[in-house]
Amino acid sequence: MPRTTIDLPYQVEHISILDEDGNLDHDLEPDLSEEFLLRLHRYMLLGRRFDERMLKLQRQGRIGTFAPIQGQEASQLGSVAALRDSDWMAPAFRESAAQLWRGQSMESFLLYYGGYFRGGEIPEGIRNLPVAIPVGTQILHAVGLGYAIKVHGQDDVAMVFFGDGATSEGDFHEAVNNAGVFKTPTIFVCQNNQYAISIPRSHQTQAKTLAQKALAYGVPGIQTDGNDILAVYVAAIEAVERARAGEGPTLIENVTYRLSVHTTADDPTRYRDEEEVAVWEKREPISRFQRYLKDKGMLTDNAITALEDEIKDEIAEAVDKAEERMETLKDEAITMFDHLYAERPAYLEEQRQAFAAHWEKA
Amino acid sequence: MRELTYSEAIREALVEEMRRDANVFLMGEDVGTFGGVWGVSHGMLDEFGPERVRDTPISEIAIVGAGLGAAMMGMRPVVEIMFGDFLMCAGDQIVNQVAKARFMSGGKADVPLTIRVTSGAPGSAAAQHSQSPESWFMNIPGIKIVAPALPADAKGLLKTAIRGEDPVLFFEHKMLYAEKGPVPDDADFTVPFGVASVVREGVDVTVVGVGNMVLKALKAAAQLAEQGIRVEVIDPRTLVPLDKETLIRSVQKTSRVVIAHEAHLRSGPAAEIAAVLAEEAIEYLDGPIVRVGAKNVPLPYSPILEQFVLPDVSDIVAAVASFWKR
Ligand SMILES: Cc1ncc(C[n+]2csc(CCOP(=O)(O)OP(=O)(O)O)c2C)c(N)n1
Repeated sequence: MPRTTIDLPYQVEHISILDEDGNLDHDLEPDLSEEFLLRLHRYMLLGRRFDERMLKLQRQGRIGTFAPIQGQEASQLGSVAALRDSDWMAPAFRESAAQLWRGQSMESFLLYYGGYFRGGEIPEGIRNLPVAIPVGTQILHAVGLGYAIKVHGQDDVAMVFFGDGATSEGDFHEAVNNAGVFKTPTIFVCQNNQYAISIPRSHQTQAKTLAQKALAYGVPGIQTDGNDILAVYVAAIEAVERARAGEGPTLIENVTYRLSVHTTADDPTRYRDEEEVAVWEKREPISRFQRYLKDKGMLTDNAITALEDEIKDEIAEAVDKAEERMETLKDEAITMFDHLYAERPAYLEEQRQAFAAHWEKA
Repeated sequence: MRELTYSEAIREALVEEMRRDANVFLMGEDVGTFGGVWGVSHGMLDEFGPERVRDTPISEIAIVGAGLGAAMMGMRPVVEIMFGDFLMCAGDQIVNQVAKARFMSGGKADVPLTIRVTSGAPGSAAAQHSQSPESWFMNIPGIKIVAPALPADAKGLLKTAIRGEDPVLFFEHKMLYAEKGPVPDDADFTVPFGVASVVREGVDVTVVGVGNMVLKALKAAAQLAEQGIRVEVIDPRTLVPLDKETLIRSVQKTSRVVIAHEAHLRSGPAAEIAAVLAEEAIEYLDGPIVRVGAKNVPLPYSPILEQFVLPDVSDIVAAVASFWKR
């Protein structure tokens, strides 16, 4: 018997539509309305500026540690832009732009990172899960979300975000495998930002792509230029349509770069050099998209300046509102005893009362 | 004696043991180039190279499981789990494999594996980065549990862990890393397991502290001394095995005991220590055994609320004072 090559049902494709030099593949360019494209642009800019503002607030001690998103705006927004409101989204901990697009307010982020329980509350009607701090855990939840959608006979989908590092956790493999077996409407979005704290992507796995990991589980996997919002969107909308049609899960690897720190407690100079960062600065997603919009006659420098001003005001307003709100929320501290069980058990009562007395005094 | 930080003392133990025995190696997330997110292995990659200071992909269960495999081959792996909260990601390996390998191999398999892991609240790290999981594993036969408080003990106990033939969970409290203390520079200095340390002598009350609560107990003792209360502070150093004799001897003398840890109050290490004292020393006690620990809620992100949830010096002082208010 000769050795034969086994045919796998999928190959790994890479999509790039708008490259870093502004070259556009007209055949692949999605047909999107001006309004939609401008909305994407607005949220990219908002995501970036809000992130920068939060970094300053953190440095001033006004909020705690968080994970900045700079450089990953296209990877996030191109993905969630393929969702509708009734779909579900499960973030890791570096998805603020995606969460803003999905209807969470800047104020809620500020409250959350300011230490207020209210910030963790997902507003009624918004189908986002809370952030997941232990790496990779949320990937499994998206299988359950998808399973529930499927069992309920709905055509919604569940989209979950995670990083390149998370693909080393068993959680990732178990999730993709189960989603394949259950054929759940789950979209796995890996934001390959090249680093897991100090560990570069090349030390995370010997695999050439992360997308190919899906193939082992009989699930399609695709890679995009994750700094090209058009490519990200096309991969996402195709996966969403397949999932809605009952054709099961997809893994998408968006190749991007974390331009900023891992978290506000990190110092990247300990593990990467400036030259590398400079290369990726050139591939940065926002300016590339702006050039595209300008070429299409949808955007001008004046419009960008006006939008920057508008966003600046919006952020300032959100910060003011959040800080005012913090004053009124102080007495909600006691809810830490109430949000543990549906009904408060008697044994907690004593500690709750001690807290009430302590709070009264403070 | 020269002073080192807790972090430096741990590094010194690792470096000395790695120089002494080629079978000792370190493995974990970000331990190499980055020198560990807590900085403990800073500079070690340069001396020992990437085979012996191994950065790993993010998988706690793979780190611990491979550690067990290498240990059964006669190596002496030291694996680092960045946060105690993520021990559960390696839960099956720790509980069902590492702790039972000797037992299930008819006593054949030596498991000289040291799992170094951080515990405790470093300040506003929230519910999933702040836990003190020592007692989660105290119910598991087959694994030793170490929680040093002082730099010298950290060094000596880590060396004992590495040289021993049994698996050890070695808890390093994050708030202790920068604390300084005298540390012997003798490369053969070790501290035995199962021997508690009387950190401060006293005759009125025994305060047993676990991990960073030893330092808080010492502060409380200094304050109480001003009121004429002489506190004896005991650091069990190893929770498994637990040195009952030193604890019992102390309460024979003082008749009063407070047990303090940063873990949540319910079923924390104090529950076991209190049970031992109730079983074996109740006749010496003049009052109830008093426990001090974190409130039974997850650690909040807010620093103000975190302070309330965590036990502090004042809680130990109040617990001690309670004996005279009954
Ligand atoms: C289970 C677990 N292990 C370790 C950590 C510590 N940690 C936090 S983020 C991180 C790196 C994650 O990398 P990646 O998945 O690529 O996402 P990124 O942070 O780059 O967005 C690590 C190791 C954690 N939070 N959870």
